[in-house]
Amino acid sequence: MTFVETLASEATRYVIVIVMVAGLYTIIARGNLIKKLVGLSLFQSSVYLLYLLPAKIFGGTAPILDDRFEVYSNPLPHVLILTAIVVGIGTLALGLALAIRIKGAYGTIEESEILARDAAKAEGKERGA
Amino acid sequence: MTLAALQHHMPLLVVLMPLLGGLLVAIVRHPAASWPIAIASTAASLAGALALSREVAANGVISYALGGFPPELGIEYRVDAVNVLILVVVTFMALATLVFARLSVASEIDEGRQPWFYTMMLIATAGLLGMAVTGDAFNAFVFLEISSLATYTLIALGRDRRALVAAYQYLIVGTIGATFYVIGVGLLYLATGTLNLELIAERLPEVTSPRALLAAEAFILVGIALKLALFPLHAWLPNAYTYAPSAATVLLASTATKVAVYLLARYIFGIFGLHREFGEISGASILILLSLAAMFLASAAAIFQNDVKRLLAFSSVGQIGYITLGIAIANSDALTGAFLHIANHAVMKGAAFMAIGAILYRCGSERLDDLAGIGRAMPVTGAVLTIAGLGLIGVPGTSGFVSKWYLVAGAFEDGKGWLGLMIVASSFLAVLYVGRIMEIVWFRQPGRVALAAAEAPGALLVPMVTLATLTVLLGIAASWPAEMAHSAATALLGARP
Repeated sequence: MTFVETLASEATRYVIVIVMVAGLYTIIARGNLIKKLVGLSLFQSSVYLLYLLPAKIFGGTAPILDDRFEVYSNPLPHVLILTAIVVGIGTLALGLALAIRIKGAYGTIEESEILARDAAKAEGKERGA
Repeated sequence: MTLAALQHHMPLLVVLMPLLGGLLVAIVRHPAASWPIAIASTAASLAGALALSREVAANGVISYALGGFPPELGIEYRVDAVNVLILVVVTFMALATLVFARLSVASEIDEGRQPWFYTMMLIATAGLLGMAVTGDAFNAFVFLEISSLATYTLIALGRDRRALVAAYQYLIVGTIGATFYVIGVGLLYLATGTLNLELIAERLPEVTSPRALLAAEAFILVGIALKLALFPLHAWLPNAYTYAPSAATVLLASTATKVAVYLLARYIFGIFGLHREFGEISGASILILLSLAAMFLASAAAIFQNDVKRLLAFSSVGQIGYITLGIAIANSDALTGAFLHIANHAVMKGAAFMAIGAILYRCGSERLDDLAGIGRAMPVTGAVLTIAGLGLIGVPGTSGFVSKWYLVAGAFEDGKGWLGLMIVASSFLAVLYVGRIMEIVWFRQPGRVALAAAEAPGALLVPMVTLATLTVLLGIAASWPAEMAHSAATALLGARP
């Protein structure tokens, strides 16, 4: 096994886990709505890798039957992840659109400030009543 | 010939009709055309679901190969006694919600956005139906995301700016849940080489690495639990239900979490088996513990809410606890109770949220204090709310009693009599929160809001009264739904471990 092959089969797993946990941590630890979405995208990207990396076979070729080849890569994970990427884009687009609307309605995209403004508004209403 | 062909493709058509209806609404985008298209496509889907239920009762499981590919290669739609019940519940509730939606949406949503609202309602319904009908693990993820994305949009269409934040928070949590699910499915695929649920179950005994399976199970179950708002993963639900437009809340409360519960039951009974041990404790005891926490803590939280929609939302988290408890006890009676409660809770929570929507339509407020004496101004709406509330408590004569009866019977049969007592005890919490609404609606002096209000218009009353009547009917003549739920329970228990 060459160095590259060892790297590909062992190190990739750690890359998947690190990207996954980094994404999840960003979602939880950041209060900025855009940064949360960046974390969400990282988290989803790690899943793309989780599907794609095991599908790669050394020396495997595109799965088009031909006498010259014997080893083929499995096409299914690629197709699945193509779908997952589309879903991910849809989610990200919707999340960003919501962030824009929230910025318009609240004037901020920091979670703590949004909550503070809602709390202040509710308090004002109580006092007014 | 054409009729037979239609019959053959019915599992697909049930999902396609609302999906295509949604696209049509988006293309036509005419305010007057949206509602009829939505009603027609959902009614067609309901007719399809009923036809499927007859066929399943007569001939057993229907397997439909999408595009003609065999299950090993392509996507299989698989309709059996379990998901046909879910199909009927979802299509029926979607139709009832749409009948209610016409006036409610007209008063709550800008005219330009109304077609988009109907589009999203239809696409959300199609996604939920797809999740129920598919026999393919990854296809279920795609439908889960289709329905979720439509749901986030529906919530964001609410009038209050807090609806935007609620939708954003649900988007983050929902996407984490769906991604967890797809990680689990990926691990299962790596272990078994297939995405077909039946084939996964067949090949699981050959899998040599128990750790991969444990990880897959943990990811999938936690992911689904986020979607069904299993305590303590329910934090997204109260805000989402509270700030969404009334019609969207009705649809969400009566269908979305139910389909996720179905998926949970499918994985627990069809694939993983309930009694897998995680170290010292088993999956069943974790589920029982969380269900009990939902039944008591969420119901207790409901008592202290000042917004009726939020109160009912917390009550939903509690009621889902009963359903998951039935799944965790896992004998024939308890599972029958769980599936009965899926249908019964959908109907009565739908009725309750419709009544609140009607009050909002007339009074423009849903704060509890503003509802003082509203029952005198809107007697029919008040009566619907009362019947739904009695159902939530589980008073004899309502459908809530029947499902709790089966749950308690199942608990005693399993030698866990104390769980039966817990079900009864937690119902007293429901007495408190329902009682609080009843006291304000019927016995307080009518306030400024109530004096100005008049009875809701007929178009809102018809779906509301229908659901309230069903709540009573399903409580008195319980044999037909009980049979359906029982065959669902039998099918699940007969599945592999």
